[in-house]
Amino acid sequence: MNIIYIEHIAKVYQVGSEEVHALRDISLTIDKNEYVAIMGPSGSGKSTLMNMLGCLDTPTSGKYDFTGVSVSQMTDNDLAKIRNKEIGFVFQTFNLLARSDALHNVELPLIYAGVPSAERHERAEQALIDVGLKERMHHKPNELSGGQRQRVAVARAIVTRPSIILADEPTGNLDSKTGEEIMILFNEIYEKGNTIILVTHEEYIAEHAARIIRIKDGRVESDSPVENRYIPKPRFQS
Amino acid sequence: MSKLAFLSFEIKESFLIAIRAIRANKIRSALTMLGIFIGITVVVLMTTAIKGIDNSFQKGISALGSDVLYISKWQWFSNTDWWKMRNRRQITMEEFQKYKSMAKLPLAVAPTTATNQNLKYKSNSVNSVFVTGSDADYIKTTNFTFDQGRFFTEIESNGARNVVVLGNTVASNLFPHGNAVGNDIKIGPVSYRVVGVLSVQGSFILGSFNPDNQAYVPIGTIFKYFQDERHQSITINIRAASPALLEDTKDEAEGIFRKVRGLSFNQPSDFSINQQEALIDNYNKVVGVIQIAGLFITGLSLFVGAIGIMNIMFVSVRERTKEIGLRKAIGARKSAILAQFLLESAIICLVGGIIGLIAAILLSFLVNQFIPTSIQYSVVILAIVVSLITGLISGFAPAYTAAKMDPVEALRFE
Repeated sequence: MNIIYIEHIAKVYQVGSEEVHALRDISLTIDKNEYVAIMGPSGSGKSTLMNMLGCLDTPTSGKYDFTGVSVSQMTDNDLAKIRNKEIGFVFQTFNLLARSDALHNVELPLIYAGVPSAERHERAEQALIDVGLKERMHHKPNELSGGQRQRVAVARAIVTRPSIILADEPTGNLDSKTGEEIMILFNEIYEKGNTIILVTHEEYIAEHAARIIRIKDGRVESDSPVENRYIPKPRFQS
Repeated sequence: MSKLAFLSFEIKESFLIAIRAIRANKIRSALTMLGIFIGITVVVLMTTAIKGIDNSFQKGISALGSDVLYISKWQWFSNTDWWKMRNRRQITMEEFQKYKSMAKLPLAVAPTTATNQNLKYKSNSVNSVFVTGSDADYIKTTNFTFDQGRFFTEIESNGARNVVVLGNTVASNLFPHGNAVGNDIKIGPVSYRVVGVLSVQGSFILGSFNPDNQAYVPIGTIFKYFQDERHQSITINIRAASPALLEDTKDEAEGIFRKVRGLSFNQPSDFSINQQEALIDNYNKVVGVIQIAGLFITGLSLFVGAIGIMNIMFVSVRERTKEIGLRKAIGARKSAILAQFLLESAIICLVGGIIGLIAAILLSFLVNQFIPTSIQYSVVILAIVVSLITGLISGFAPAYTAAKMDPVEALRFE
């Protein structure tokens, strides 16, 4: 079964008296354990599509099934539940709570999932170990480097064992070397059987994925597998 | 997890998140608390002062005896024009004797009159003391207790001997080292022997009516030295056998006194029977206005504090827009965000309110040196409830704003 099944979705925003067609007509499916990059210039509608895929927003028209469940007509609370359980977000600006340590940041989605504190602790610690931050659990974001902050964010995304990981320009705020480290991490996560959707405008980042979907003017311009996907090699084991 | 269990889990976690946020912004939280702190402090202080003054008044009144009637030419605190009452007949000692012989219900009756005199013992003097003249039965119309000595006897009273009973404050001013009884003092130009000193009775609020500031002498001596009996209208103090009999005693007094004066049924009474109710009513009227004004003004400071909290919570919500967006993105429901900010505001107000309450209680001990204060349990509980409700009310609008934010917009916020 598809994890994501989208059929002719459109999104229209009302800006003053003007209608803005952010998405005109998009249909696509994404299966389990795919590694998909969504590309497009700014204003192409890729951010809107990402919000739609992440259940942060609902389409104006069309059909969106997430793991077989229709989400296009869901209430805010139901959407919150889907985001909490099924989707792991990684943002360009990390979006960590500045005054909380790494462990609490990773625990956050488990709090909203209603996981008791002992189990929460254990799972958050394991997620931080998985991203190579065993020694940094009690550091606050301002005591961590950019790469380490993004690792905390990745740990926060995987801690709920979601159906998809949705990464929006995850290397956008990092230098190329630390960006590469994050891409290595994504590759590991993918190889463990997870589904990753990567939104980017950089060709070389997109080439880490196994499939690239290009968006232009609110429509799918092309959707094709990557012939020789770039598999990053860890320089050292962290 | 059941719905109820999830709800309690959510509240507990929201509480912990709120505590975290408060601790993370210590200075802002402290400044926010200041608003409610000042509000609660002044309101509680005001209520303890009001209650204290009230208690003091009640105590003073009960020292005078709440079941006492006063037959007088004048009606207390009346709206009747004073010049109408001025033309009434004097109440005389003769009328008092007639009334006394006919009255069945009272426990005790006594004639009183008063004069303002300066009191002096050696180099100590007290000016403008309310000197009450009465007979030996006067003591039975009061609840007075004695520090030293006794009240004057029937023999002393009937013989108009120069004996005096001093109120506690007067005695301690004239005799700073005690031992007033047996000494001779001057009331105006006349020598009196002190036979008794009252223990502390009353309250500052009664002013010169406070027994502590008075002196008591046989009524005959007042007529002999200070006033002409023919030009002086006396007041008759009547003590009912019990508070339940107060009305009957009053009716009886009215009937007898009309008979004594020979009034026919269609003539109005040309005297007044006063009771402390009039005093209490008047007190409540005057002090009630002061109380309402006081509570209103102090209540305003609480209101200003509440607005301050709302303001700061709005700023706090706006400042944390991105955090709210993130929390929503990773699965926080509207209710969780609402609870987080509502609890933050409630906790700040509760803590501020409790600190304010403690400050008010400490301050009330200080204020008690000047005016009496009284801390009520009900005020303590009310203060806590009011701070909590203030927190919830002033936190609601900001928290609701946070809860209904669109996660996409909030995440994009810089």
